[in-house]
Amino acid sequence: MENKVTPIIGLEVHVELTTKSKMFCACPADHFGKSPNSQTCPVCLGLPGALPVPNKQAIEDTIKIGLALNCEVNENNHFDRKQYFYPDLPKGYQISQYDQPLCHDGYLTLDSGKKIRILRVHLEEDTGKLQHTTIGSEKVSLVDFNRSGVPLVEIVSEPDLSSSEEAKEYLKKIHAIVRQLDVTTADMEKGQMRLEPTVNLNVASHFTPLVELKNINSFNFAVTALEYEIKRQLSEWQKTGVEKTKSNKTTRGYDSVKKITFPQRLKEEAKDYRYFPEPDIPPLVIRPSVVEKIKKTLPQLPDAIIAQLIALGVKMNDAKILSKDKTALAALRANSGLDQAKLASLIVNKKIDLAADIEPQFTRLTQIGETDAAKLAPLIDQVLMENPQVVEDYKKGKITVLGFLIGQVRRTAKGADAKTISALLVDKLK
Amino acid sequence: MTKMDQPKTIHELTTDLASKKISVTEVVADYLTKIDQRNGELNAFLTVAAAEAKEKAKEADAVIAHDPDIFTKKPFFGIPVGHKDIFLTRGLKTTAGSKVLANYIPQYSSTVVKKLEAAGAITLGKLNCDAWAHGASGENSDFGPTKNPHNLDYVPGGSSSGSAAAVAADLLPFATGTDTGGSIRQPANFCGVVGLKPSYGRVSRYGIVAMASSLDSIGHLTHDVYDAAAVLEITAGKDPYDASTTDLPVPTYTKLLDQPLPKKFKIGIAREYLEGLTDKDVLSSLEAAKAILARMGVEVIEISLPHTKYGIAVYYIVQPSEVSSNLARYDGIRYGNARASFGDEAKRRIMIGTYTLSAGYYDAYYLKAMQVRTLIRQDFDQAFGEVDALLSPTSPTPAFKLGQNTADPLAMYLADVYTVTANLAGLPGIALPTGKTKENLPLGIQFLTAQYTEEKLLNLAYHFEKTLHGK
Repeated sequence: MENKVTPIIGLEVHVELTTKSKMFCACPADHFGKSPNSQTCPVCLGLPGALPVPNKQAIEDTIKIGLALNCEVNENNHFDRKQYFYPDLPKGYQISQYDQPLCHDGYLTLDSGKKIRILRVHLEEDTGKLQHTTIGSEKVSLVDFNRSGVPLVEIVSEPDLSSSEEAKEYLKKIHAIVRQLDVTTADMEKGQMRLEPTVNLNVASHFTPLVELKNINSFNFAVTALEYEIKRQLSEWQKTGVEKTKSNKTTRGYDSVKKITFPQRLKEEAKDYRYFPEPDIPPLVIRPSVVEKIKKTLPQLPDAIIAQLIALGVKMNDAKILSKDKTALAALRANSGLDQAKLASLIVNKKIDLAADIEPQFTRLTQIGETDAAKLAPLIDQVLMENPQVVEDYKKGKITVLGFLIGQVRRTAKGADAKTISALLVDKLK
Repeated sequence: MTKMDQPKTIHELTTDLASKKISVTEVVADYLTKIDQRNGELNAFLTVAAAEAKEKAKEADAVIAHDPDIFTKKPFFGIPVGHKDIFLTRGLKTTAGSKVLANYIPQYSSTVVKKLEAAGAITLGKLNCDAWAHGASGENSDFGPTKNPHNLDYVPGGSSSGSAAAVAADLLPFATGTDTGGSIRQPANFCGVVGLKPSYGRVSRYGIVAMASSLDSIGHLTHDVYDAAAVLEITAGKDPYDASTTDLPVPTYTKLLDQPLPKKFKIGIAREYLEGLTDKDVLSSLEAAKAILARMGVEVIEISLPHTKYGIAVYYIVQPSEVSSNLARYDGIRYGNARASFGDEAKRRIMIGTYTLSAGYYDAYYLKAMQVRTLIRQDFDQAFGEVDALLSPTSPTPAFKLGQNTADPLAMYLADVYTVTANLAGLPGIALPTGKTKENLPLGIQFLTAQYTEEKLLNLAYHFEKTLHGK
């Protein structure tokens, strides 16, 4: 019985889009490290009379993400107001999408072939940021609205992930996809990608209470938090036997130093955001022809790139790395006449300077390989040991003896390339 | 003794200014004098920008001296205007009639204010209104009620109470207003001036304190129909700051006014509007209007708007729902006073709206109301298949006495019965004065046409006004 424990993990991922302007106003969306409240206007400050005008680019970018995750795109869409009070939310509501997300019902395939269902991909606006600090001796809370109104895409998976490793793979794939789409830089350290796993356990068909994990800001933290949480829930279950109910979902924070999760506020069952359709923005109709047009602009996605590279003989690991590095991938493809597997490996191992002409570098680096340097090494060592005087002469500057040494090696290594032997000899004699 | 003893329209003022019969400085000074004399009893203005206006008038006169063509370039050059105090005016206090914003100085101006200023208009001040535009009498203003200039014991209507009273008392040639459920047409009717509510989406809402976003319509109050058309010509049009404004081109309304009405022009009167209409004065003004239409050669027929009876109920769910959301931003953190400063009516609407949007009640109230709203819209679509315009009373009674309805919010809400459906359907409507009661209180009627057909509405109203005045 004890062995039959399956974690049930779902992921909510928020991605800040790297558009020029914010979601509903013309303020710059790039807010990182900017002087507080320097990128604000009546709209993102929630001044009286200000109205939101949606950013077309952000809507297209969201559709791109949805399509890349095999989602269906809704033809009839609208924004909704999600109402709650918080000082970083200047209008008293967040413009989001409730019952009609832009995209829904997609999936992402893990390397194992397992499909993780995507419930929805929707577009909303980010909030401002609170800073709790001390000015003089007074404790104060300050609000910076530079982030207020930055477009934010929420990607919600079904709880189809069964381990922390799967969760990590899912996250890495999402990260690679949104970056490949060029809709966000998804820099975790800048908070451009935020993760909220929800986890509970299936212990022999008994389900432990749901836990939502907050403030996780790296993939590795997601793994350690989930692993801790899985252990904690199992031990809790063994102690108490409390099962999941409609009302006992809780929220826990993650302490990355202690590597533990800790309880935050109890998630209210009857949390009521009083959603209703945003009356300031007319309904959004996305015609199938527009979706088709956007589809055509999609770049090749990481999984497709990997599959293509593997078909060319590139090693899995190299292919994965290249799928995330646009410059390297372009260099590889620009030299399709060269052995792709070898070139890929050289690029990944940083043996090739991508800024310089690639072909001569490739030729130089691969010739040694052709005669199998590993096999020649012991023969060369043997010859050098047997001819101490010649070695002595060479080191004194009599370079012409190199020809003699090459000849000695070739007596045993028949057919070996003289140039390669020479290079190896010179190396050894340094 | 001023140079302007009779109420002057915008077009009359422009003629006098262009012919140098009068200077902008004199015009502004005249109005300021009248405001000085009468605002104490009327309480129409909350803020008078006297110094700024005089300064602008001086600059305007200097421009006229150099550039006599300025009146063709800027159609409202030197024309004074007052704005309902929910129009944001950069640097000029904007209170929304509420103590929450008692000292609020906006950092930006609304699109309409900017457009009028760009056309040469000079802002004389800000006009009293029911707080947050909640009301039909002007009595909900946190800064005291506005009085009806025709009889100070009576309300001027609301919520654009100061706008209607100021134009009626000739303290302004025209004023801006907003109409969410009748807040331009009803006070225009109570005060005997022309009140135009354009179609939803015709005029930008940007920079105007939002009441109910899906219903708010931005219009104005004028002395005559020509001016109503002239103002709309300036304020209408697509605004990149308001996603709900239409891309449709703006016709030159003033040029289309005196075209003859199309042949076989037909007007409908909804029988549902007549049920329960008992006020003899209102009934007689309606009969008088029919007689004028007959003289114009327009056929009037009875039609049906079957969902009319649900209008008020739908309106008082949709509107407070949006109000409760729109007032959430007034948290006193970034600007304004704390939420405790909200008056009773705002609190009432916040509570009703919060309730109707709550989980478990949303479907029964908001969603249902939106479904019925669609039916009301379809009623009108069908009606406009049969007739060109609709005729109705503007309100069920003439102006009532101050304090008469304040204890009974529901009775106050029912004063909107003929106006709210136009907001629910996004239609343009115009309130026109037709005469007066024995008590010297104005009477009037309302015309409605299909969405975005203001040219038709104004064309009809212009001929009606002409015929009424025997011209």
